[in-house]
Amino acid sequence: MLAMNYRGPLRVRIDHKPEPEILHPQDAIVRVTRSCICGSDLHLYNGSVPDTRVGMTFGHEFTGVVEQIGEQVEKLKVGDHILVPFNIACGTCVFCQQEMYGNCHESNPQASAVGGIFGYSHTAGGYDGGQAEYARVPYADVSPTVIPEGMDLDDAVLLTDVVPTGYQAAEMGGIQPGDTVVVFGAGPVGIMAARCAWLFGAGRVIVIDCVDYRLEFARKYAPCEAYDFRSLEDPVLFIKRTTDFLGADVCIDAVGAEAAGSALQTVLGRKLLMQGGAATALHWAINSVKKGGIVSIVAVYGPIDALVPVGNVVNKGLTIRANQASVKRLLPRLIEHVQNGILDPKAMITHRVPLEDVSDAYRIFSAKLDECIKPVLIPPSART
Amino acid sequence: MERKAIDPSQVKGWGVDADPKNDPTYPMKNRNDGEHAGYSWERPPQQPITVEVLHSNERPDVTSVFGTSTPPLGLSGALRRLGFRYSESSYGHWLPLVLADRVSVAEGVLEDLKQGQVPNVFAERGWKAEWEHNRTSLVRRVLVRAVLVSAAVAYLRRRRGGS
Repeated sequence: MLAMNYRGPLRVRIDHKPEPEILHPQDAIVRVTRSCICGSDLHLYNGSVPDTRVGMTFGHEFTGVVEQIGEQVEKLKVGDHILVPFNIACGTCVFCQQEMYGNCHESNPQASAVGGIFGYSHTAGGYDGGQAEYARVPYADVSPTVIPEGMDLDDAVLLTDVVPTGYQAAEMGGIQPGDTVVVFGAGPVGIMAARCAWLFGAGRVIVIDCVDYRLEFARKYAPCEAYDFRSLEDPVLFIKRTTDFLGADVCIDAVGAEAAGSALQTVLGRKLLMQGGAATALHWAINSVKKGGIVSIVAVYGPIDALVPVGNVVNKGLTIRANQASVKRLLPRLIEHVQNGILDPKAMITHRVPLEDVSDAYRIFSAKLDECIKPVLIPPSART
Repeated sequence: MERKAIDPSQVKGWGVDADPKNDPTYPMKNRNDGEHAGYSWERPPQQPITVEVLHSNERPDVTSVFGTSTPPLGLSGALRRLGFRYSESSYGHWLPLVLADRVSVAEGVLEDLKQGQVPNVFAERGWKAEWEHNRTSLVRRVLVRAVLVSAAVAYLRRRRGGS
């Protein structure tokens, strides 16, 4: 089958690989119909996630048609068209039992700090991902969900990560009616977090980034105020001034390891890989939120330490809430929002690219070329 | 070290200020306090371990399922095995893994050559997309690098000629 093949930092290509097999009685094999490139895939692409091995196939946002099932799979059947949440969750461990499906303890032998994630290095379990013609889906009865009749595939594929992650970012913010919410990052997750902040009753939503076309998109899509931090004297000072010098009620970090805006963080986190990414956005979030405020983190960082002003967390009495999205927990509500027209995920897809052109798709998304917001890869069998 | 059991109900004041509603993890965590029972849930069947699986020493075993992509091999594999001797809290764990990632890039090139394939680095880096959407910048970067390399070569030649 055709599959994306990681060859080293900034180098990926399409190759022929053996088709996946059932390796566990609760596995399914799916024929992929849509597979996105996620902003967090760029951390792998840039070589900043430890234990990202040459030869791996990325991709944790995908939909597909069930082709085979293991002997213990009961809910799914061959031919079902499913969306596959990015977390691999067993449904039986103590964390899954408490609906923390992003923190499963039975899907990732390599690290205890994170559950298994499709195509996301061996630090997240060593699974090949969905940027391929076929993928192995463990615990097929737990998180994978049959796509509701009539739902657009482009909406469905964004329900595997972007929508739940953006929604959970706002949810973890504990937003109260009238709150001012600042979202750092105008990538797909940041834009969705800004959109969802309104659903929780925000009174004002501000997005901070440095990419003009994305800020413009956020202004229209969320809708929200959006500012380029390069045009601000200091983004933290700007937030203070625009909130009566008190700070925002809630700050959301939707940037993560690839942040721009601080030379020190860039050198230490992105060039020398001496910390788990450039923590610039988190630094700003902690300093921009008001005393007693909440910082919500859904951005991805590597497992190594990162420089943040932890003294200010204590002195300001902040609450920090963070997690990988628990997709399965959120899906029923989010499917409802999409079906009712409250959320329109597919409007974020700007590039539909044949799987065979995966190298170019990564370049376009990574270098923010051609006003790319969200690229989706389409395998040959799904193009007919 | 043997853990000495203490019955909390015998501790003076135990639970007097407990407030189950004060749960900042909700709704992320629908608390059932199951973890108080330890690692005791009924585990799914074990996936047969047919490839080498390195597991964190912060857990007692390999998880019920795991990925089989790219098992550890060669020098990078040896470095990864070294890393997994240390806990996830230690640089001894992560630094060998970061180094192994870089070594495996070289191993990947050798593997390609062994199979008679010369990696097309330009295509892998998506230069076609750069050419289509960012041509001026691409040309500028290529020219700057060419000038820098030429200057370095000229400088080295002059030094060699002088000595």
